[in-house]
Amino acid sequence: MWIPGIGFKKQAILKVGRLAIFLPLPFVYREKVSMSSLWNFLFILPALLLFLVFGVYPFYKVFQLSLMEWEGLKGLPMTFVGFRNFWEIFTSDKMWWISMLHAGWITFLALTLQNGVALILALMCARDIRGGHVYRVIFYIPPVLSGIVIGLVWSLIYSYPDGVLNTILVKLGLESWTRPWLGDPKTALNAVAFVHMWKGFGWGFVILLAGLQNIPQQIYEAAKVDGANAWQRFIYITVPMMIPVFVLVAILTILGTMQIYDIIAATTNGGPTGHTEVPVTQILSWMGRRRFGYAAAEGVVFGIILLLSARVLFMVSRKLRQD
Amino acid sequence: MTWTSLYYRAQRFLDYTFTYFVLTFVAILCLYPLWWMFITGLKTDETAFIGLGAIPPHPHWENFYIAWTKGHFGMYFFNSVFYTVVVVFFVVLFSSLAAYAFARLEFPYRRFFYTLLIASMMIPVPGAFIALYVLIDKLGLINTRLGYILPLINAGLPFGIFLLKTFFDKLPRDLEDAARIDGCSRLGIWWHVALPLARPALAVVIIFNTLNVWNEYLLAMLILQDKAKMPLMRGLMVFRGPHSADYALLMAATTITVIPVILVYILMQRHIIKGVTEGALTGI
Repeated sequence: MWIPGIGFKKQAILKVGRLAIFLPLPFVYREKVSMSSLWNFLFILPALLLFLVFGVYPFYKVFQLSLMEWEGLKGLPMTFVGFRNFWEIFTSDKMWWISMLHAGWITFLALTLQNGVALILALMCARDIRGGHVYRVIFYIPPVLSGIVIGLVWSLIYSYPDGVLNTILVKLGLESWTRPWLGDPKTALNAVAFVHMWKGFGWGFVILLAGLQNIPQQIYEAAKVDGANAWQRFIYITVPMMIPVFVLVAILTILGTMQIYDIIAATTNGGPTGHTEVPVTQILSWMGRRRFGYAAAEGVVFGIILLLSARVLFMVSRKLRQD
Repeated sequence: MTWTSLYYRAQRFLDYTFTYFVLTFVAILCLYPLWWMFITGLKTDETAFIGLGAIPPHPHWENFYIAWTKGHFGMYFFNSVFYTVVVVFFVVLFSSLAAYAFARLEFPYRRFFYTLLIASMMIPVPGAFIALYVLIDKLGLINTRLGYILPLINAGLPFGIFLLKTFFDKLPRDLEDAARIDGCSRLGIWWHVALPLARPALAVVIIFNTLNVWNEYLLAMLILQDKAKMPLMRGLMVFRGPHSADYALLMAATTITVIPVILVYILMQRHIIKGVTEGALTGI
């Protein structure tokens, strides 16, 4: 692009300057870089350096590794294999897609059950009941604990034959229901999903409650005067006003739940016989089998799927808001 | 009193009773596993699963001592405290410097760098831990404290910068102008004016990073193999081992790891809940 009215030399500097966005020289095209703005740059330098090394570089490295075959040891050669890793994922790696399905199922439960319960509880607390604050504090305790601790405690609660859950079932006269909840292939995934939802619902509750309290009360008063009943007020005021919050909670739930790992590591670690394998455990196990390129390719596929699903939800929400 | 008003009163009463019943039930469901964890920590391996909710008749308080000394949880505990303090200190330092510059100071490519830093918060890179492991290995930092601390500082930066920048943007500039007229340098203004004003936002950054570092497991598993350097969560998994563990001791150990979190939470719950909701709802 030729800009009229300035000399050739400046023209060339500007041209380089536009490319300079890709170079680690952010000052190339400024006509005069004052010392003062250089000093200002020092304020962000530590954060920027750390971010370039531990944020940008791994991001690039994952893409690079995904095209390689490498055993992950420093001396050993990296061989370029093109898209063969991706080809393998899409054609022959059944376990990867099963692990995606597992994570998808937990995510589905989290989106419906967990967030449903969170919404009901938030609606209950939003009516300014006495002690609402105490409930809010209690519900947010599980989310601040680590997945490891929660997984360890629940794996003992689930244990067979004398864990708390089975003991309670026996006391209720439901002996036939008792089972090793985490060891039985039929129940393992749902048992893990329950622990995950137990940890997560308080988080959804807090955000939904804040969203509900942001809705101006006058709208409800006006609707009441016009004779709308509670259900109508919910459908025609609460739901439309809350759509952005719903979408936000949904996106964060998807991103958080698909990447579930700590709880799995502390309860089943993928077992029994792969019935609770999730994408992160799969990636780790390929790292353990010394196929770093393949693990990275799985990471790339996983990241793209997550990004796409968040994107789709976002578009759906925009459509909903327009209607 | 008419029949109608009585009817409404009865309905209201039932309504509220139901609400409290549900809320209390869920609250018990939240607290019971933690209570069970605590009392199981007071039992022995043989009696771990006997009894549902009462404190055992002969509480074995020494379990906590055994876990602390023989289970190495004292060591893990101090490792966790060390990692948490160092990471939080540097996250606060670096992100407040950067956030102040993004909000107030002029320099080239300001918007570009801000977007770059914040975008990393939005883009999920689930495979990044592979590359992170490779990088740490390349730098020769596998199984070192530094190799564990640096990625964690980086992980805390985007949220810290985002939160602090939005906070600085809302502050009036008058105080800073006054300080400048009085001859205060940029660094001086950041230290004497901006930071003290940002205390509420700093509290949120500190608490969130504290919880994140305290609860972190995946990186610790990848990077640290030396018991003497492990933080608590890694230590818990080592203590459990593949199959065998003394359940009562294990629960005593988890109780040790949970107590500081619960204490911090109860003291700071206002900030925490405010931080969650504001961090999320400003994104809309």
